Amino acid sequence: MITRLLPHPLLTLALWAMWLLLNNTLAMGHVVLGLILAILIPWFSQRFWPERICIHQPLTLLRFIGIVMWDILVANITVARWVMGPNDKLQPAWLSIPLDIQSPLGISLLANTISLTPGTVSCDLSADQRSLLVHALHVEDRSAAIAEMKRRYEQPLMEVFRSC
Amino acid sequence: MLLEIILSALIIIGAIFTLVGSIGLVKLPDFYMRLHAPTKATTLGVGAILIASAVFFSLTDEGLSLHELLITLFLFITAPVSAHLMAKAALHIQAKQIERTKPIQKQTHSSESSL
Repeated sequence: MITRLLPHPLLTLALWAMWLLLNNTLAMGHVVLGLILAILIPWFSQRFWPERICIHQPLTLLRFIGIVMWDILVANITVARWVMGPNDKLQPAWLSIPLDIQSPLGISLLANTISLTPGTVSCDLSADQRSLLVHALHVEDRSAAIAEMKRRYEQPLMEVFRSC
Repeated sequence: MLLEIILSALIIIGAIFTLVGSIGLVKLPDFYMRLHAPTKATTLGVGAILIASAVFFSLTDEGLSLHELLITLFLFITAPVSAHLMAKAALHIQAKQIERTKPIQKQTHSSESSL
């Protein structure tokens, strides 16, 4: 019953929060209207979301978000220095990261995270979804960079987004 | 007074990082490297400006202003996606890259749009 009424509870929550933020209010009318929309929209767009999303370890997810925020901050400063310094010394490289993570949402979050942290942009996912092609602005040791990304980002995402 | 100093500092920091992003867009030698500059400026540069905006409007207008959270969220979702699409398109038309780029290891990555 509850799964038929709310096929994607997380999506419902996210839409509700987004509606209230968009209107920048907690007025009763908007709370109710937002709730109605948040229930109806996942219902109508059900076939668009084939995968049911489960979050297994919310604490790991929170810690992951913290790590990413910190990395963005630190790496932004590093990249700003690289950009302003002499560009001839930069050693760009293609990294091909073998993926152990399988959930589609996990893969897209990993690709997004890699692009958001400065110095790396994810460029292409292989057709079999087993490896991610990443362009790095400056890398000296390729295998170390790959291992670092796998440990820092892929590991926690794998723990959080396992199949339900 | 103290608040004003902090807010101005945040806005200036944001502006500096956005400027560095634009300079990178002009200065870096090839397409893939240029791709790094603008996708990065959005994160810290815009982040700092949005924090300043949220704090300022929360304190001056009545009530909390949390619009900015939403802007951050949308930026964080859209910036990597557009960078990814541009990179994919560049790979597809085999855009030039400077010679010292360490190449793709063919055996580990296979995809129809690969080099």
